[in-house]
Amino acid sequence: MSASVLFDTPGPRGRLRNHLITGVSALVLLAALGWVLLKFNEKGQFKASLWEPFTTETVWVDFILPGLVGTLTAAVLGAVLALLFGAVFGIARLSDHRWIRLPAAWIVELFRAIPLLLLIFFIWFLAPDVFGGGDYALFAIVLGLTLYNGSVLAEVVRAGINSIPKGQSEAAYAVGLRKSGVMRLILLPQGLTVMMPAVVSQLVVLLKDTALGYFIVYVDLLNMGFKTLPSVYPGTKLVAAIVIGVIYILMAMALSAFATWLEKRSRRSRKTTAGPLEPPGAVPLPPGQPDMGGSVMTQ
Amino acid sequence: MDELIQYGPDLAVGFLNNIKLSLIIAVFSLVVGTILAAMRVSPTPVLRAAGTAYVNLVRNTPLTLVLAFCYLGLSDTLGLIFSTEVPLTNSFWLAVLGMSAYTAAFVCEALRSGINTVPMGQAEAARAIGLTFSQSIRLIIFPQAFRAVIAPLGSVLIALIKNTTVVAAAGYTVEVSNVMRTTFDTTGVSIPIFLGIVVAFLILILPIGWYTGWLARRLAVVR
Repeated sequence: MSASVLFDTPGPRGRLRNHLITGVSALVLLAALGWVLLKFNEKGQFKASLWEPFTTETVWVDFILPGLVGTLTAAVLGAVLALLFGAVFGIARLSDHRWIRLPAAWIVELFRAIPLLLLIFFIWFLAPDVFGGGDYALFAIVLGLTLYNGSVLAEVVRAGINSIPKGQSEAAYAVGLRKSGVMRLILLPQGLTVMMPAVVSQLVVLLKDTALGYFIVYVDLLNMGFKTLPSVYPGTKLVAAIVIGVIYILMAMALSAFATWLEKRSRRSRKTTAGPLEPPGAVPLPPGQPDMGGSVMTQ
Repeated sequence: MDELIQYGPDLAVGFLNNIKLSLIIAVFSLVVGTILAAMRVSPTPVLRAAGTAYVNLVRNTPLTLVLAFCYLGLSDTLGLIFSTEVPLTNSFWLAVLGMSAYTAAFVCEALRSGINTVPMGQAEAARAIGLTFSQSIRLIIFPQAFRAVIAPLGSVLIALIKNTTVVAAAGYTVEVSNVMRTTFDTTGVSIPIFLGIVVAFLILILPIGWYTGWLARRLAVVR
């Protein structure tokens, strides 16, 4: 802990105190864990019959995998469309023409402020009226994810391009490139390196947001694992929650790890002089200090 | 427009419940988040590891799952019940529990990264002029960290307010998005109702964003 802003390297007395705190806190944490396990046991949650279904093939093939496919379908479609939406509106917000810039800004600000579930409900109820009958659960989720996350990504794109030093575009104009050439050849390639970590962090949020399908009975991991599965195998609610929770966490963590890797790579990239962009909502760090993984919070 | 006027009172009650939830959760998550942040920056490896594990687990779980787990797992299966007579009161506190646990992880991250914005030189200079541990925290580190944390905490608060629309997963069905849904079930989709709720959220959220942004810029530490 010598490199902490808060603490000096401890002396002999400090070390003794730290060891004491370590011991006491370890005991307290163990006691808490033990209490939880005791409660689980009291309610019979460790009975083999509750865990057994999760070792059988049917549970995975009939419930969890179809749910996972549903979640990933929504996530991938949402991610692709949100990236497109973000790119278009992010660049539109940088337009020199006021009649493009202002409407783009309104749309982005509006969709960032609407609670996503509200938007999904609205699309879900509106779609049959507009397009006729049918199942619009996937449509509602994907469109909702696109509008919300796309708006957040638009801000990321704008901030990424704005973070490129002004000299770059000035130099590009000076060698005779047009506006489109400056954007396409100079600003976007550098901006992409800068914005990638923040983009992937937002995709983690998008992946988690697919769980909102729970409310509109979309066949996703949460619905299959948490509603359908326990109704077929009574009493497995808690166990099922733990299993699908682990799946969600693993997926999100893998994507977060990818974001961290991209950020490290972008930090030492020589493609641009601008540092990597912070994820939306995170605290900007002073230059030269390692980032501890900023956070984006929605759903 | 007629539907909005007819169902307005129900929707308003729902929206007030969202505000009530937001306020209570904000207080709880600030307290828990501060404790978590203290754990994550403490010189004790056990506490640091426990804090990190908690934050990583909770931050990567969908909120809907957290709330459904509180409702169906903690309450139905493990028997954690806040009120035996009124199911809605029970779900209200389950929603508070789940969302506070979830939001606390983000509060913790905001606070911790705030502490990380203070350059090492500041702490070294404080020690060099002979300030004690508590003096350097109180007079040097904390004032700077606090200013860096205003805008991110504002975003966390905004996200929290928007997330209160998800609490139906914990069985608390009298919040505005669920009221809108049941209204749509009876009347069919109504654009005025949706726009009315959106405007209500905008009125609540936009000033928070502007105010925290303005405050953060005004108090920003010049480096």
